[in-house]
Amino acid sequence: MPMPKESNDVLAKAGEYLEEIKRLASEPFTIMEVCGTHTVAIAKNALRDILPPTVRLISGPGCPVCVTDSSDIDRYLYLAAQPNMITVTFGDMIRVPGSKKNLQALKAEGADVRVVYSTQDALEIAHKNPDKDVVFLGVGFETTAPTVAISLEIAQRDGINNFSVLSMHKVVPPVLRLLAEDEQLDVDAFLDPGHVCAIIGTQPIEFMAKEFGKPGVVTGFEALDILEAIVMLLRQREEGRSDIEIQYRRVAKAEGNPYAQTVVKRVFEPVDASWRGMGLIPGSGLGIREEFGPWDAIRKYSLPVFHSPETPGCQCGEVLKGRIYPTQCALFGKRCTPLKPVGPCMVSSEGSCAAYYRYSQRSDD
Amino acid sequence: MCLAIPAKIVSIDGVIAKVDMMGNERIISIDLVPEVRIGEYVLVHAGFAIGVVDDQSAKETEELLLEVADAYAEGE
Ligand code: SF4
Repeated sequence: MPMPKESNDVLAKAGEYLEEIKRLASEPFTIMEVCGTHTVAIAKNALRDILPPTVRLISGPGCPVCVTDSSDIDRYLYLAAQPNMITVTFGDMIRVPGSKKNLQALKAEGADVRVVYSTQDALEIAHKNPDKDVVFLGVGFETTAPTVAISLEIAQRDGINNFSVLSMHKVVPPVLRLLAEDEQLDVDAFLDPGHVCAIIGTQPIEFMAKEFGKPGVVTGFEALDILEAIVMLLRQREEGRSDIEIQYRRVAKAEGNPYAQTVVKRVFEPVDASWRGMGLIPGSGLGIREEFGPWDAIRKYSLPVFHSPETPGCQCGEVLKGRIYPTQCALFGKRCTPLKPVGPCMVSSEGSCAAYYRYSQRSDD
Repeated sequence: MCLAIPAKIVSIDGVIAKVDMMGNERIISIDLVPEVRIGEYVLVHAGFAIGVVDDQSAKETEELLLEVADAYAEGE
């Protein structure tokens, strides 16, 4: 493995981008980073501190755990508490509070809850426990949905009948539309999610630039990627353009991954979905198609619909819509910390509140 | 949660591939990138390759890919 080129190169490049940003940003410019992985990268590299004051970065709704509605959380907690059930999930979901408890508490009470890295592990658990019911909590955006779709196709093909998925998957374009239509949101441009677009390509988000005049750049996850993307967005303003461009060229192609798109379409269909703090957004969720009914936890267990209130005092919804910074929530860092989180935005490693909290030491330096 | 890590395909057996994820060997699924060949870089998310990394632009940004790997190693 070659050694990384001296970090001097990286620093020099970052310096060049910053100079260019300063030159281009004489007027205020507000950019929303849609994706939680960007929020973490921005906080970790303290980019907010090194950008000129005219360039404002605000976080958006791109943490799939954070946008999961309280009602969906109570619903999977209900499912996880059923007898003979093994609940399989990605790690981020374990501590997210429902209206009464979380998965961790259920596990302490004796429920069988297991954290996996991949849906392949979930299928393996189902295979090894033929006398148990195994349910996978499907949370994630377009990046994750194809991997879950594959697991459903395998379960159907191999007749793994003790496996099912509770799909809470969401897709990004409808929430972007909601943001673009939000008159209270003061955003000039968007850093678009690199890995979501690696799957869907740029066509599904073109409307942001064309219909709403909000330019976007599909961006990678290193400090240099983000700085380059900001330069690209500012150049669009200078040239009076509004386009969706790709900075993350090494991975994201304009057409995305057409094969993964096909797999998703075979297994899922668009459904209306509730987003925390944003309500029901038409066509923003992925439900499991009827052909896969026996592996759809909602059908298999005739799951009831819950109507759970949002956590009192928690302003995750406002944070997710980019209306407030996490630090503007009265509970931030006081009653709500990563050790004792009140809302999901403080639990998830990609939640804005957690990212601001974890790296705030650094920006105070 | 949409984090994805670059890795190099070492061997392929059907839809399963052995990859080198910056020095660590891993087994991943290549169901979603059926066109991938040994020696190419893929982006791995939740145990699946979700895209093939473009060779030319990857070379241009090799240091970035290595940094991603470092960040991942730190995070684990
Ligand atoms: S700081 Fe805690 S309570 Fe406040 S918005 Fe964030 S997660 Fe919710």
